[in-house]
Amino acid sequence: MRFLMMWYPDQPGAERPPDPEYMERMDRFVAAEMEAGVLLATGGLLPTSMGGATITARGGKFMVTDGPFTESKEMIAGFAIINVASLDEAVEAARRFTGIAGEGECGIRQIIGGPDNL
Amino acid sequence: MAASETHRAIDAVWRIESAKLIAGLVRVVRDVGLAEDLAQDALVAALKQWPESGVPVNPGAWLMAVAKRRAVDLVRRNVMLERKHEELARDLELQQAAVPDHDAVLDDHVGDDLLRLMFTACHPVLSTEARVALTLRLLGGLTTEEIARGFLVPEPTVAQRIVRAKRTLSAARVPFEVPHGTELEERISSVLGVIYLIFNEGYSATAGDDWIRPSLCEEALRLGRILAGLMPNEPEVHGLVALMEIQASRAGARVGPNGEPVLLLDQNRARWDQLLIRRGLAALERAQQLGGALGPYSLQAAIAACHARARTAGETDWGRIAALYDALAELMPSPVVKLNRAVAIAMAFGPAAGLELVDELTELPALKSYHLLPSVRGDLLAKLARFSEARDEFQRAASLTRNERERRLLLERVTACDSLATSVPGVG
Repeated sequence: MRFLMMWYPDQPGAERPPDPEYMERMDRFVAAEMEAGVLLATGGLLPTSMGGATITARGGKFMVTDGPFTESKEMIAGFAIINVASLDEAVEAARRFTGIAGEGECGIRQIIGGPDNL
Repeated sequence: MAASETHRAIDAVWRIESAKLIAGLVRVVRDVGLAEDLAQDALVAALKQWPESGVPVNPGAWLMAVAKRRAVDLVRRNVMLERKHEELARDLELQQAAVPDHDAVLDDHVGDDLLRLMFTACHPVLSTEARVALTLRLLGGLTTEEIARGFLVPEPTVAQRIVRAKRTLSAARVPFEVPHGTELEERISSVLGVIYLIFNEGYSATAGDDWIRPSLCEEALRLGRILAGLMPNEPEVHGLVALMEIQASRAGARVGPNGEPVLLLDQNRARWDQLLIRRGLAALERAQQLGGALGPYSLQAAIAACHARARTAGETDWGRIAALYDALAELMPSPVVKLNRAVAIAMAFGPAAGLELVDELTELPALKSYHLLPSVRGDLLAKLARFSEARDEFQRAASLTRNERERRLLLERVTACDSLATSVPGVG
């Protein structure tokens, strides 16, 4: 089954580039998860102060709100799509990720469909 | 963390770490069965300790440390018992001496160990069933019960297969290594064959089956992706991964709302999984970039890619597919490949050209009771407006298929041919 993981760090610090040691650890982790056949796609997101918008479609109206946003739910700093056998495995992957990424929240949602979801 | 939560975490850690753990241990103790026992011991220790201490920061290293300690104890004990057997004792002492370095060595060799374990589990000394069971058990971390459910066989059968396989590997003194030279190609194809067999078993599962069956697809994909990471220069490994990714991309479209199978050309392409398609096309590109003539998996992937690239069924490049089937039929002159080639040629160059080739296949004993042969022949005859002949072929196909839904579809075509045959007097 596949999961979308969303990372909401307690201290979104992407305005400045992360230090090289952190980058190296994260790169190693990402490479290992790719090689393990677990990680299908991943990416980091720029802070909303550097772009991004919210689109609202409601009542036949379409509205665009540019960033920055201050609500924490807008502070997704990264995402990953992983392929594992169970939610428990996804939780374990998140545990390992936070071991590197630091404090914050990781949202895990199962993606509908996929080869084992006929 | 609540105890039940810890147990769930342990299950997950086991699924993630067991293959690496067992692979690392085989390197130390040189016996697959013993390595698995030691890994299980470590798991039992985790089940005892982690609910109190919490899941360690690096659970894989924790499990390995415990298992290794047991291994050293065991080696020491064996040295005592087997002192008379000088040769063995020397061996064991050597291993023992090597053990302290294994922390460092293991980190560097995880990939190599996994690769060795794959080749060992798929060794030709084992039957195909044993290779499959052992691969799922050692590399997939599946339980015997899960494997049995996945392959619709009784659990004791699988358990026995695994026990016997481990014994066979010991008795045959199968070395724990990646083969090289001329042996490599043949051995790779055994590994790829096992992975694809697991994939197909999952792919053939239908709605309502035990969830474990379709999940075999994902397991095979995972193993294929790992293998591609470990053997990046083997084009057929990427070919197989490409084939599986692209086939898997259609999972959501190949079954209709009532569970009926939907044929490739009738599928709603919006439901094809673009992420898997992209991954599949990328893997195929890697296979092609490595050069040389495409192998059977890469060719099948290239055919699948033609479908994946076409936005509508009408845009399918049948000329290219026919050419790829030509090449595939050279490598794998199986009747089924020939039949598929005939279909592709019919699509590219018209039903008459296809029918000519299909007619050459009707006498093959291997296809005597294969329902797709009369089904294809009926389809081509119908396209040529030879309805009464087509009708007989659909009837025959209906009597041969074991799939109830398919039979219904074929019988509908019989009826359709009947009415067309009467409405076009003088034809058919």
